Amino acid sequence: MTTPVVAAGPRRRAAAFLHRHAGVRLSLLLSAPLAWLGLAYLGALAALFVTAFWSTDVFTGDVVRVFTWANFHDLVTGDVYRTVALRSVGVAVAVTAIDLVIAFPMAFAMAKVASPRAQRWLVILVLTPLWASYLVKAYAWRVMLSSDGVLGWGYGLTATILTLSYLWLPYMILPIYAGLERLPGSLLDAAGDLGARGWRTFRTVVWPLTFPAVVAGSIFTFSLSLGDYITVKIVGGKSQLIGNVVYDNIGAANNLPFAAAVATVPVVIMLVYLAAVRRTGALDNL
Amino acid sequence: MFPFMPDQAVSLRGLRKSFGAVQAVAGVDLDVADGEFFAMLGPSGSGKTTVLRMIAGFEAPTAGTVELGGRDVTRLAPFERDVNTVFQDYALFPHMSVLQNVEYGLRVKKVPRGPRRERALDALRSVRLEGFEGRRPAQLSGGQRQRVALARALVNRPRVLLLDEPLGALDLKLREEMQVELKAIQREVGITFLFVTHDQEEALTMSDRVAVFNQGRIEQVGTPAEIYERPATAFVAGFVGTSNLISGEAAVAVLGREGTYSVRPEKLRVVPGDGTPGPDEHSAAGTVREVVYAGPSTRFVVDLDAGGRLIALQQNLQVSSMDVMALRGARVTLAWHRRHEFPVAAPDPDPVAAGG
Repeated sequence: MTTPVVAAGPRRRAAAFLHRHAGVRLSLLLSAPLAWLGLAYLGALAALFVTAFWSTDVFTGDVVRVFTWANFHDLVTGDVYRTVALRSVGVAVAVTAIDLVIAFPMAFAMAKVASPRAQRWLVILVLTPLWASYLVKAYAWRVMLSSDGVLGWGYGLTATILTLSYLWLPYMILPIYAGLERLPGSLLDAAGDLGARGWRTFRTVVWPLTFPAVVAGSIFTFSLSLGDYITVKIVGGKSQLIGNVVYDNIGAANNLPFAAAVATVPVVIMLVYLAAVRRTGALDNL
Repeated sequence: MFPFMPDQAVSLRGLRKSFGAVQAVAGVDLDVADGEFFAMLGPSGSGKTTVLRMIAGFEAPTAGTVELGGRDVTRLAPFERDVNTVFQDYALFPHMSVLQNVEYGLRVKKVPRGPRRERALDALRSVRLEGFEGRRPAQLSGGQRQRVALARALVNRPRVLLLDEPLGALDLKLREEMQVELKAIQREVGITFLFVTHDQEEALTMSDRVAVFNQGRIEQVGTPAEIYERPATAFVAGFVGTSNLISGEAAVAVLGREGTYSVRPEKLRVVPGDGTPGPDEHSAAGTVREVVYAGPSTRFVVDLDAGGRLIALQQNLQVSSMDVMALRGARVTLAWHRRHEFPVAAPDPDPVAAGG
């Protein structure tokens, strides 16, 4: 009798082929996501950059597809745009700072103090606001901030910062929580055992080890704040941010090329931020 | 307190700890003398690590007191206590170099840079890690990390060094090396070592004294020889070494007495057939149920005619595996000297309800 050989059907042959050829396996897995990334993401970004160097016909409003530096010239020379850009960065920084101050103790309580049961509930509590509509939450703040509302502080830059801080808080809590979860509790015990009090333990052990997670969270709060225009429209009063300039140029002014040029500003700011952040190793935490 | 009582490094009185409904430590009294190498031995969940954490200050006791060098520290925070801990997972700070890890405690205590560096390098030398100052913990092997953790604790010259399963994460060969090394280091520095282990061999080879823990209580405290040769309870007899108990009707039939008795396996002599015991010996006939050949020795599992089962350990001085394997199923007589049998407290049927 011969040794029984398992019948080699086509599916089995394909599986065997894939098993032997790791490269083919990898490209099969990546083809769909890479196509999506290339077309939908990089393609759109490229289109944005190309459009930024076009202009519009003053009379017809049609896009003129001829290369020009005019949009960027206007952008750099116009004081209004510089003010708006700086204001936007200021708002993004303020929102990130406020969220960090609120998120860190919250994340620490969730990861290191609460019982496992309370921990689950706190995670749910943090996530729940994400299920509600962005628009509804922004309007809720408008109601609270209106002169006859609960807070009654009125609209403006402060209102924008408060509302954005509220909206993006979970995006700061969750990465920090994940970072603290990974921090072994024994390290905190060890610092105390070696004589360090709470603040020193935080400064020399907890903060350096969770800093990448903090940066990861700040990328969310910073970039989301930088690009926001809806909250600004709802509670911002007269203070415009970059997003509104883009939006108004697409809508009211019907100047898509200039809108594209303005939109490159937050992209560049984020690229600078990410380059700075890459050095901290925080991108490994995303 | 007696005026002539020697200094106690650690004194525990009526120590209890409950986590919700679970009583992890159910009343522990213990004195560890200055300079002792002391082991807390027990299975997992026996409360030994919780006791250690209460001495370090990581857990607050539900009741009872912790004294260090005669000073009540029960309510003090870890950073207020003159103890240092070597953690089971070493808990080295991953973002600091070996030297920075070792210097951490001195830096907290504001020791100036010069003496700080000197003491840290001294400590690294004492654990044979000179030349590793600049490495990160991730670049070290398990045994090296263990020694960094030891140096980081010792450099502070604590009154008591607490070690939580210090060798648990090492492989067998390294563990045996470190057992010898730890003992040597302790003798060198003269600091009280209090360590937790579930490994009975580790406890016996390293310690001056051992406390055997079971279900949140101490079953027995004594030197390794006392614990092994004269186990006070059936639990100790079983946990430290092999459980070899003669009890009930078998005790009456074989020893002519009631109660529970323990005989260590290596004290038993295996005589083929129906041998007659010597003048000071007891003996019991039985059938060899299993023969386990283990190189230098052989274990015989023998079912006694009188009931019960004993394990006998024989050195393979002359016999070869062929000879001993042939004994499976054979009739044998086990004989032992009377002085090697000890009465032990019978297993507690319901230890939780028994109260302390």
